[in-house]
Amino acid sequence: MAVEDVIVESWYMMQMIQAFLQAPVYHIVIEVLLIVWIIGLLFSKSYRIQERVQLTEKEKEDLLAEWKPEPLVPDTPEDHPALHPRVVSGKAGLKVVVDGKECLNLATLNFLGMLGNKRIEKAANTALYKYGVGSCGPRGFYGTVDVHLDLEDKLAKFTRTEEAILYAYGFATIASAIPAYSKRGDIVFCDEGACFAIQKGLLASRSKVVYFKHNDMEDLERLLKEQAKDDKKDPKKAAVTRRFVLVEGIYLNYGDIVPLPKLVELKYKYKVRIFIEESASFGVLGDNGRGVTEHFGVPIEDIDLISANMEMSLASIGGFCCGDSFVIDHQRLSGQGYCFSASLPPMLSVAASEALLIMEEKPGIFEELRTRCKWLHAKLSSIPGLKVCGEPISPIMHLQLAAPSGHAEDTTKLEIICNECMNQGVALTVARFLEKEEHLVPPPSIRVAVNVELTEDDIDHATSIIANVAKTVL
Amino acid sequence: MVSIRKGGRKSSEDYESTPFLAAWWTYLSLAILVAFGYLRDFLRRIGLDKNHSADGRKNMKEFVPVSFESFVDRNILKRVNHCVSRPISSPPTVEVDVLERTSDDGNWHFRLTGRKRRCINLASYNYLGFAENEGPCVDATAHALQLYGAGVCSTRHELGNYRIHEELERTTARFLGVDDAITFGMGFCTNSMNIPVLVGGKGCLILSDEKNHASIVLGARLSGSVIKVFKHNDIDDLEEKLREAIINGRPKTRWAWRKILIIVEGIYSMEGSIVKLLEVIRLKKKYGAYLYLDEAHSIGALGETGRGVTEHWGVDPRDVDIMMGTFTKSFGAAGGYIAGSKELINHLRAYSHSTLYACSMSAPVAQQIISSMKIIMGEDGTDKGKLRIARLATNTRYFRQRLREMGFIVCGDEDSPVVPLLVCVPAKILALVEDLFERNIACAPAVFPATPMTEGRIRMCISASHTRQMLDKVLDSISELGDRMQLKYSL
Repeated sequence: MAVEDVIVESWYMMQMIQAFLQAPVYHIVIEVLLIVWIIGLLFSKSYRIQERVQLTEKEKEDLLAEWKPEPLVPDTPEDHPALHPRVVSGKAGLKVVVDGKECLNLATLNFLGMLGNKRIEKAANTALYKYGVGSCGPRGFYGTVDVHLDLEDKLAKFTRTEEAILYAYGFATIASAIPAYSKRGDIVFCDEGACFAIQKGLLASRSKVVYFKHNDMEDLERLLKEQAKDDKKDPKKAAVTRRFVLVEGIYLNYGDIVPLPKLVELKYKYKVRIFIEESASFGVLGDNGRGVTEHFGVPIEDIDLISANMEMSLASIGGFCCGDSFVIDHQRLSGQGYCFSASLPPMLSVAASEALLIMEEKPGIFEELRTRCKWLHAKLSSIPGLKVCGEPISPIMHLQLAAPSGHAEDTTKLEIICNECMNQGVALTVARFLEKEEHLVPPPSIRVAVNVELTEDDIDHATSIIANVAKTVL
Repeated sequence: MVSIRKGGRKSSEDYESTPFLAAWWTYLSLAILVAFGYLRDFLRRIGLDKNHSADGRKNMKEFVPVSFESFVDRNILKRVNHCVSRPISSPPTVEVDVLERTSDDGNWHFRLTGRKRRCINLASYNYLGFAENEGPCVDATAHALQLYGAGVCSTRHELGNYRIHEELERTTARFLGVDDAITFGMGFCTNSMNIPVLVGGKGCLILSDEKNHASIVLGARLSGSVIKVFKHNDIDDLEEKLREAIINGRPKTRWAWRKILIIVEGIYSMEGSIVKLLEVIRLKKKYGAYLYLDEAHSIGALGETGRGVTEHWGVDPRDVDIMMGTFTKSFGAAGGYIAGSKELINHLRAYSHSTLYACSMSAPVAQQIISSMKIIMGEDGTDKGKLRIARLATNTRYFRQRLREMGFIVCGDEDSPVVPLLVCVPAKILALVEDLFERNIACAPAVFPATPMTEGRIRMCISASHTRQMLDKVLDSISELGDRMQLKYSL
């Protein structure tokens, strides 16, 4: 059968050649011209719709002359609160003088009362007369002072980790730590209610960010399961994608505590690393103030990185990260806020060291703080018209309207309450956010901060003033 | 490889490029280092060499590895690790006590030996010599410490706005000759938190100099704008990019740009070059772009009265839309500022990430800045400020001139107190830094990626407090070592 097919094929070929030889000349000429044109089209530059027409010099000059930029900045409304800030005179300790009036301070995040501690000031003074003010250089170029090494050592010992690294500014700490580990292509599961510094760190890292509902471990598990399913489809990619979970110990914007044991369970089940931002829980939770890990009895080795700023409990400036040497050492070369910035001024470093020493000497201070938090929480809960958001033992609580309406009026009402309370001697502040930049703007609230030096009378007095003011305003 | 100098205007910044032989040696050295790196890695893998890099935890073996130690870090950077991050135990003035360290495992881990070495400090940014631990500034700072405490625990919008912050801002605005200023607690964050506020949102273009600092690059990235990089201090390239941007508009849509922001620095810290501000302002006015000037190194260090690069070139500071700077270098403190028109500063007060979310500047640090600024301005009733500025200028010119005479290639402008000396070959950089340290002189090496591959250098920062004897001692040592290591490329 194959031979017959070949014979039939070759007969068709013969017919075609015969037809070709018998065709008229003009026909062949047209065919050849067509073929040449097709080849010409194939090799010529393809026509692109976006191909810019060449502009003449005059047209270019016209375009250049016509272009007018927007104003550099839009006008700021005259009544914006930032243009009329409150001015504080003197120390912002338990009592603070705001705009000339002395008030009980429930607004600054000075949980352990270290701001104004004479011993810390004395130590800082000694450091000032030994080292001067600035360190005049980044850590890599003779900006490492022995007090920095000392503080890093102390922090590592206090938190019972292998190593700690010090940053010169609290905001820069977590914002530099995240991009040092998580790069493009990695996945970070972050709590919706995370603070602004974390959001900026995530933006800088260019990783894929998956937000889970605030403090909702079930939502997180659901997302982790989905991710595991996706991983099965592409195991090669999954083998090189690092996964992190980013949470806060006590959330600055909500006052609640992360359920850490459940999170650690999820860590080992789904192979994600945990980073905790402990600014508000360091020096607050746990029998010795070691933070949320001590509070829940979770071994610190289960947490991959702990980051905290020293601007709350330690009442200094700066921040630190602590964890395994393997993890922390990496930031010494890739933490932008560490490598490219001048180091922390030595006297502020010594102030933090001294505060840490006080924390070690007086471990009873943490239970005292938590007691005061519980008192204040209980008293504030009984104010009609306002509701308290946050755990009873958290030193940060948010007073929200019990019946909120629209966004702008609620904030105005709370501002009026704050101002009136200030007039009557209680310093409060509304929690402020950049609405357009935040991932999830929390409901408007007054952020109340507890100071361990508050007495029961202070708390009673303050809550009665707030209750009265709330009654008149609402 | 060997850069060919472009023809055209000769500014005092032009310097010779890397000699051919040095470039050749550099590449050869790097090739040898890389080859040895592979060898060491192989030995580590088969167990003949000790693996010092830490591993992850045993119970996390199934996790995706976060393998950090890169090849370069493990095999090349660890060799020079003993020259970086040297701890000091005195104020970073012109003579500093450096703590000696030793390593038992090839620079992976250090321990202090307990010995100190008093070195002449050419590494710290102490241009006007305010990094002292005594004097009127320090006394005023101690007083502020008593009055306000060390920390602040609050943001500017809440209860972190002290009277001293407002005084600092008024003083800064007066110092710079502009309407208003706003200050922040960290210089790095001043850029990374405020550039997104100024050029946030779609439709903005940032034209950034090639050698801009990491904080500017981070701020530009966080802003989400389109970023175009122009060649370092190259006005023609900048003009070409400006024209091209305005004529062609945004990519894809071709709509007009909303804003164009040019970001330059006063003195570039690795090059020592001073920005050609007159031409940049001419371009900015001609095309309608905005100018952001980062004076981290140049404020206090340039100009007749220390007002920075605007005074150096005789430019009206109001011509610069956004003047930014840091207080770390010439004022011996910490923090940063942005200064400009009232509208600009009001906008930043209301919407800057820093005023809303970050702690305000520590009060004693603010006091240090106020005191040092007043001294520079002469408002303390003495002429100490003038003397400091004059000494810095003299020291700078003397030092640079002597180095040039000796035959070294020195980068940057002749008025810039940042003096990078081109060494090129990595082994020579290391040897020079180590030998200088043996002679009790502390300076900083700068290699790839901070500089181009064949232009590795050591960088020296001149201070007003350096005496002629100190500078002579340094120059003699460098000359001797330069002869031994054949670094006098210019001869």
